[in-house]
Amino acid sequence: MKFDVEIMKRSKKQLLPYLMVSPYLTHLLVFTAFPVVFSIILTFHKWNIISPMEFSGLSNWQHIFSDRLFWKAILNTLVFLIIHIPLQIVVALTLAEVLNRKIMFRGFFRAAFFIPVVVSGVVVTILWQQLFGYDTGVINRLLVTLGLGKVGWLIDPNVAMVSIALMATWKNVGLYVILFLVGLQTVPKQYYEAADLEGASHWQKFIRITVPMINPTIFMVVVLSTLGGFSLFIEPYIMTGGGPLNSTLSAVLYIYKQAFEYYHMGYSATLGVFFAFLIVLVVVMQKRFIEKE
Amino acid sequence: MKIIKKTLFYLILVAAALSFIYPFIWMMMASLAPEQEIGKLVIFPSEFTFDNYVSMFSKIPIGRALFNSLFVSTINTGLTLVFASMVGYALSRMRFRGRNTIFFIIIFTMSLPFQITLIPNYITMVKLHWVDTYLSLTVPFMITAFAILMFRQAFKGLPQALIDAARIDGCGELRIVFTILWPNIKPTIITVGILAFMASWNEVIWPLIVIREEQLMTLPQLVTLFVVGGRAESQLGVKLASAVFLATPVIIAYLFFQKHFIQSMASTGLKE
Repeated sequence: MKFDVEIMKRSKKQLLPYLMVSPYLTHLLVFTAFPVVFSIILTFHKWNIISPMEFSGLSNWQHIFSDRLFWKAILNTLVFLIIHIPLQIVVALTLAEVLNRKIMFRGFFRAAFFIPVVVSGVVVTILWQQLFGYDTGVINRLLVTLGLGKVGWLIDPNVAMVSIALMATWKNVGLYVILFLVGLQTVPKQYYEAADLEGASHWQKFIRITVPMINPTIFMVVVLSTLGGFSLFIEPYIMTGGGPLNSTLSAVLYIYKQAFEYYHMGYSATLGVFFAFLIVLVVVMQKRFIEKE
Repeated sequence: MKIIKKTLFYLILVAAALSFIYPFIWMMMASLAPEQEIGKLVIFPSEFTFDNYVSMFSKIPIGRALFNSLFVSTINTGLTLVFASMVGYALSRMRFRGRNTIFFIIIFTMSLPFQITLIPNYITMVKLHWVDTYLSLTVPFMITAFAILMFRQAFKGLPQALIDAARIDGCGELRIVFTILWPNIKPTIITVGILAFMASWNEVIWPLIVIREEQLMTLPQLVTLFVVGGRAESQLGVKLASAVFLATPVIIAYLFFQKHFIQSMASTGLKE
């Protein structure tokens, strides 16, 4: 009898860790593992959710390659990243460099740069939609007052994505300032002292010591802003609806439209799978590139 | 010379700081101004008017949306803290078969882009009849891989003696986690809590997909649809008012817990 109780106690003890991880495993199964498998199945089907699924072989995959609008969306996303990432790094690193010095009200400045980071992207987008307005927008009014011409921030197809990239930089840069500040504080002071003895200039120290030392932070910032850029959705959704002339149509917005405006579930899932592979590929390439540098 | 240089340096710095703060102040002033005065760089309304707010409240159930967002975000934060600490504890302090496998799965899922799971997860919601219920806004957000890793790391750093002493006193493992260990890892709880709350509060694409019933919409979702749809009747003031209403709770929280916000959100960068 006593023995039985002992066994029960023991098996209960062995079971406990599994019980503790079971909510996570269930969640993983339902919301991660199943969707990945189901996504892949969906890529071989046509489905509008209401009528039964219809096997369609590779036609979804073939369609991707002739779908001009999707490639336009990929191109738009790349345009966004090409402007956003370098700008983000330059501005964030400059501000972090300044905040890393002994300055007055450091905490205040740090907190100020960070405000847009905590505020919802929806707020920021509504705000900038007004600021970017053609006739009534604050920025254009300012330009006119200064005697310059108006810019079609959101209505010129060549400019609209640039405007969104500028806004995204404004929103996120505070986060990267903090990350760079953490990175800068790991650089040993002796390095700068040694460079001072050699008579190195500010700029030389920055390029030869700071940049190589904070390379891991730079990589992190590149990856985080790449992932952010690849999930660009709410900004064009609110500001432009993807226009003008599809110039701000992002990949996620296009996937969303395919699924929830046209009910092409199979095709939309195919785009999702393809795009996910592309994201992983780009991040891996970035890692290779930065490690080489 | 040095003084001039220093003054110039601070002037530029202040200008930079203002470029991040002023747009929000501008937005607030604009939402309180008569429509034709919006668009000036410096708005000091000739008369303060709450018309925009009155019209916003009459057009959309924004009070209800605020409640929905607070409710959903609070539940998600609570669930994440409880479940993630249980898993984090098991992974760091208990021995069992499959422990390392689970750990690697967690790392792997962190690098999985959400674009791949979006459509099937919507279909799951449809099949479970969870569309237009709070369940679709909470259950998928009840735990994250990142939260588990944070708790695992925190529990790893605690002395074994603390746990042994509790076990001798006859404490069960769950009681150990929540009554003995939790008070010792407050910074982690705050960090995970803020991140879970903010992630849930700011989520827009998911509610747009699974909630169509206006009374159940989250605040950012309702504001988005209000601004995009025709109901704001292209009135700038009322759009800006809805944006101010959405921004205010977070900005107030930020003013009080600024340091915690910055530390928490910076730790997302340390994921790797």
